Amino acid sequence: MPGVPLQHVLVVALVLFGLGLYTVLTRRNAIGILMGIELLLNAANVNYVAFARYSGSTDGQIFAIFVIMLAAAEAAVGLAIVLGIYRNVESIDVTATHSLRH
Amino acid sequence: MEPTAVTFVRWIPLLPLAGAIVNGIGGAAIQRRFGKGTIGVLAVTPVAAAFVLSLVAFLRLLALVPEERALLDVVSRWIAIGSLHVDLAFWVDPLSCTLLLVVTGIGGLIHVYSTAYMRDDDAYWRYFAYLNLFTFAMLVLVLADNLLLMFVGWEGVGFCSWALIGFWWREPVNTTAGNKAFIVNRVGDCGFVLGVFALFWALAASGQGTLVFREIQQHAASLEGRVLWGMPVVGLVTLLMFVGATGKSAQIPLHVWLPDAMQGPTPVSALIHAATMVTAGVYMIARLHFLYAMAPATLAVIAGIGAATAFVAATIGLVQHDIKRVLAYSTVSQLGYMFVAMGVGAWSAGVFHLVTHAFFKACLFLGSGSVIRALHHEQDMRKMGGLRTALPATFWTFLIATLALTGAPLSAGFFSKDEILWQAWSSPHGGPPLWMVGVAGAGLTACYMFRQVFLVFFGASRVDPHVAAHVHESPAAMTLPLVLLAAGSLLVGFLGVPALLGGGNRFAAWLAPVFASGHAPAPHAVHDPGLEWTLMVTSVAVAAGGALVAFLIYQRRVLSADTFAAALGGGPYRVLLHKYYLDEIYWAVFGRGVLMLARLGAWFDARVIDGIVNGSATITRGVARLEGRFDDRVVDAIVNRLANGTFALGTRVRRLQTGNINTYLYVVVGAVTLVLIAKLF
Repeated sequence: MPGVPLQHVLVVALVLFGLGLYTVLTRRNAIGILMGIELLLNAANVNYVAFARYSGSTDGQIFAIFVIMLAAAEAAVGLAIVLGIYRNVESIDVTATHSLRH
Repeated sequence: MEPTAVTFVRWIPLLPLAGAIVNGIGGAAIQRRFGKGTIGVLAVTPVAAAFVLSLVAFLRLLALVPEERALLDVVSRWIAIGSLHVDLAFWVDPLSCTLLLVVTGIGGLIHVYSTAYMRDDDAYWRYFAYLNLFTFAMLVLVLADNLLLMFVGWEGVGFCSWALIGFWWREPVNTTAGNKAFIVNRVGDCGFVLGVFALFWALAASGQGTLVFREIQQHAASLEGRVLWGMPVVGLVTLLMFVGATGKSAQIPLHVWLPDAMQGPTPVSALIHAATMVTAGVYMIARLHFLYAMAPATLAVIAGIGAATAFVAATIGLVQHDIKRVLAYSTVSQLGYMFVAMGVGAWSAGVFHLVTHAFFKACLFLGSGSVIRALHHEQDMRKMGGLRTALPATFWTFLIATLALTGAPLSAGFFSKDEILWQAWSSPHGGPPLWMVGVAGAGLTACYMFRQVFLVFFGASRVDPHVAAHVHESPAAMTLPLVLLAAGSLLVGFLGVPALLGGGNRFAAWLAPVFASGHAPAPHAVHDPGLEWTLMVTSVAVAAGGALVAFLIYQRRVLSADTFAAALGGGPYRVLLHKYYLDEIYWAVFGRGVLMLARLGAWFDARVIDGIVNGSATITRGVARLEGRFDDRVVDAIVNRLANGTFALGTRVRRLQTGNINTYLYVVVGAVTLVLIAKLF
């Protein structure tokens, strides 16, 4: 199999997943968390495409397309929620939104 | 004997019933719209029409040969249960026809009299509705062809009597008198009903269950020798039915209601309590004479009670002050004579006295009503006197009726009473003692009646001066019936002139077909014109003596009533004045007994029944309290524990929900990591 070996691609995906996870876990800004989630999804996409390329099946690519579509939907819904939160509490800091706790 | 079938007889009772319905339902409106005159016409017309129909029936009977004199009007079948068949049927034979003429004829005259007497009463329509209803019930009683239908009439007249005694119901004393009459009559009616039951039972036991008079007569022989409750059944039946007769006809010991019944309007006293209803007992015995003829023991009881009543009531009549009460006791006494006649088997003599008595006693009552009306409802004879000039028509008719009642020769009462007295002596069921009691009663009768005449019509006036100024004779509607009845009191007696005086006793001959058939008593053993003359002269002399005593005391004032009253320390007088203390005894025994029973019942109710109810309530409450406690302590506790537990758990678990997204994320990541580690190793 010519070109980039599978391990390299997996490492890139792993790095990407780690950055995403870090972003999600550390950000208090809701939009930042959403961006981190995008990173996590795209890390998964890279893995799908890579495994599809090395296994000779197109199943992974189809899954990747589904995930991209899902990510678009998730971003739309997520941003709408963030807008709603901002309208109510004048902030998009996720630690400020705890009025549903009680 | 086959009766002639007719259909017009039913109208004799139905016409007064129609009058009663019209006046009873529409009377108030008619009286308001058209006045009292219309009410009077509506009430008198049906009775007059019934009298005309009765005359028709009488003429129809006369046209038949004596042995077949009977009309039967079957309206419809009434009751059919098993072997018991009772028809709504009316039976006219010489006996019921006689009563028919008395009820509709004298009843009609009293209706006419009432139109004037009751003129000032607002409840005019109600009075006539009851009076017509009474006439209907009495006609049913008389015309019934079976015992059950007769009992309907028997109870009907009792009800009307109650309603009319208490007619002026605003005075409690009047309603009490009505109730007394009704309740005392219940005692008698109880006997009557039991008698009917026993008779039907006995007839049914021999396969002849019937209540129709002529069929009972046919099968009466089958009752001979039959025993019920250890008594000969005929004796028992006749005795029980005689108890009914003592109630209805006011004989000792059930006579106490009749004097009180004088609280009703005076025409009611004349119609119901003198001429018709109270004679129902006599009529019933005459109707069932064939049974009574089979029961000599019952006949002896009847004669004894009749004689005792005739004498005792006459003694009480001597000392009464109320003009109507004297007449009431006189009625009781005269009914006693009728029962004496029944008791010695002299059926037609008893019925004859019933008829003559209806005339002169109705006349006396209506005459006393005329006096009472003239004196503005004063009934005390001590406040009367000297009324003979102010009320001439009333006086003469009253005097004639008095003569008839006392048995003055050739008057109606002379023939009928003398017949009874002669039979009482000569009949195989009678005897000289019975005759002596009867004659003594006749003397007393003359005494109290002439006492009344002298107190009311002679001597100085003791009338209240205010009232005396307005005393005037009654209107023609009242005097005309008086004159007719007085004429009857003089003339009716000639229907029954005994053979001794050259008469054929047409009355006895007229009734003979009824009484001759079946078990008539044996022909009189004694036939002795000399004896008959002696007895007749004696009784007239005793009566004249009684009248003379009254004359000497109350007119000449040679003797003083006070002397008699004070005799023997005044004891006998007090006993008479208190009517032998019978009312007091009855009150003490029955009134108080019933009250004590009621009190015992009330005590039992309060203590025992209520105790049981309250006890069960207490127990239920205790159980409920225990159950409530179980509910509170056990069931609620479980539910509450569960809820509290869940709440506590919720409070604790709530801490996990921090609301901080980062925390959740850390947990998610941590959990995934742990799962991965667990997978890998």
